[in-house]
Amino acid sequence: MSIVVLRDAVVLLGRFPALSGVDLEIGAAEVVLLQGPNGAGKSTLLRLCAGLLRPHSGTSVVLGHDLSKSRAVVRRSVGLLGHDTALYDDLTVTENLQFLARAARIELEEVGSALDRLGVAARLHDVVVGRLSAGQRRRVALAGVALRRPELWLLDEPHAGLDQGGRDLVDGLVSEAAAGGATVLVASHELDRTLALKTRRVTVAGGTITADVVDACAVDTDSVDTDSADTDSVDTDSVDTDVVDACAVDTDVVDACAVDTDSADTDSVEADVTGVAGGRGS
Amino acid sequence: MLADVWLVTDKDLRIEWRSRVTLSQVVPFALTVLVLFGFALDANRGVLNAATSGLFWLTVLFVTVVAVARSTAIETADGARRALLLAGIEPAAVFFGKTLAVALQLLGVEILMVGGVLVFYGTTVESLPLLLATCAVATVGIAASGTLLGALVAGVRARETVLPILLLPLLAPVLIAASRAFDDALGVLAVDGWAWLGLLGGFGVVNAALGTLAYGRLLEEA
Repeated sequence: MSIVVLRDAVVLLGRFPALSGVDLEIGAAEVVLLQGPNGAGKSTLLRLCAGLLRPHSGTSVVLGHDLSKSRAVVRRSVGLLGHDTALYDDLTVTENLQFLARAARIELEEVGSALDRLGVAARLHDVVVGRLSAGQRRRVALAGVALRRPELWLLDEPHAGLDQGGRDLVDGLVSEAAAGGATVLVASHELDRTLALKTRRVTVAGGTITADVVDACAVDTDSVDTDSADTDSVDTDSVDTDVVDACAVDTDVVDACAVDTDSADTDSVEADVTGVAGGRGS
Repeated sequence: MLADVWLVTDKDLRIEWRSRVTLSQVVPFALTVLVLFGFALDANRGVLNAATSGLFWLTVLFVTVVAVARSTAIETADGARRALLLAGIEPAAVFFGKTLAVALQLLGVEILMVGGVLVFYGTTVESLPLLLATCAVATVGIAASGTLLGALVAGVRARETVLPILLLPLLAPVLIAASRAFDDALGVLAVDGWAWLGLLGGFGVVNAALGTLAYGRLLEEA
């Protein structure tokens, strides 16, 4: 089942086309890294998927709902961590999360476990958010996303402002979410962190998708022949995407890492290599 | 729906209580304005008595601008509006919740102001029920229109200056109707205060209906 289906999706911010014809399809339990230069449209893409922006044209369906008609339904089922934390400075950590829990009809007991999961010390639970450091605020915001247990996680620079422990917690959270069947979109410039998480890399530039690469770094790459890599000889039978790539090796070469590496046949399958150059480290 | 309304009201009042803006700034501001009006008109006691109702409600409108600006700022700081949208609360519930929070703050200030008018101006009350009903009904209408307009200007860069420019003229009917009803309640003029109260009620109903219909759209577009 596709969680996100965008076909020639256009989003205008004022008169500016922040997204100008995006084609993207994301399945359940996928972890997708959005990468691209500043102003490329990554955050806009996340906000569109969150139901916060109205598509101007094209097809935009998230969690089975058309964003041009029923964005409110989508908003209830997604979790978005943006650049700002969306917390109330004058409420305590616990009060902020209790507000979210009550609104989403979630048991208040889960607030404590969400904060524990994100490593927010108990002594901070009754401190007003305005007194927290940027990293602590980020952790609380992430706890708010985790508390909702969304079907679609939309994380915009989730590692920003976090210490090493916090970054590890984010990675664990993303892995757990995907393992639990949720879909995760992560926009990040911190490739050293996110490359270890993702199963697919989507490059955004100028408001469009310029590359869409499936990567299998997180799976067993030992069984994959990376030396003979050739875009015409990659097995994509088990991968519904444009390019199959193995970032752990030479990223200048398109390699053979299928999601199911046991069944990877690196000699027989064709891959569409649209935009490979744009998918490298931009 | 009612649970969500109270959820938003409770959140806004809690934030207000923590920040103490109403207590430490709005109440002193309101009482200061009343006192200054008193100084300006004290030379002619008859003029002061005749103008008491208008001065009272004019001060309430000034206080409303501050209260609505605060209520709007709560949601514009650090992307909190996004949290409201994603929280899954019906926009109408957000509207009524924020309206109720503003109304309760205004009512608290008005009670203190009534005390101030009785003390500073030497005013007497002839119809307490009419006075209380006027405060309640007018305040609901003021809070509803203020909350609606606050959402309208939330995305405007100079919203602090735009808000009073738009809000004060919009509340002119409330100023007129509430002042007349107060004139009757204070025995200043022989008018039918209850009839003016009906007009205030109509104003409140219209603004509540507008808020129910438009607030969600305004919240999204801000």
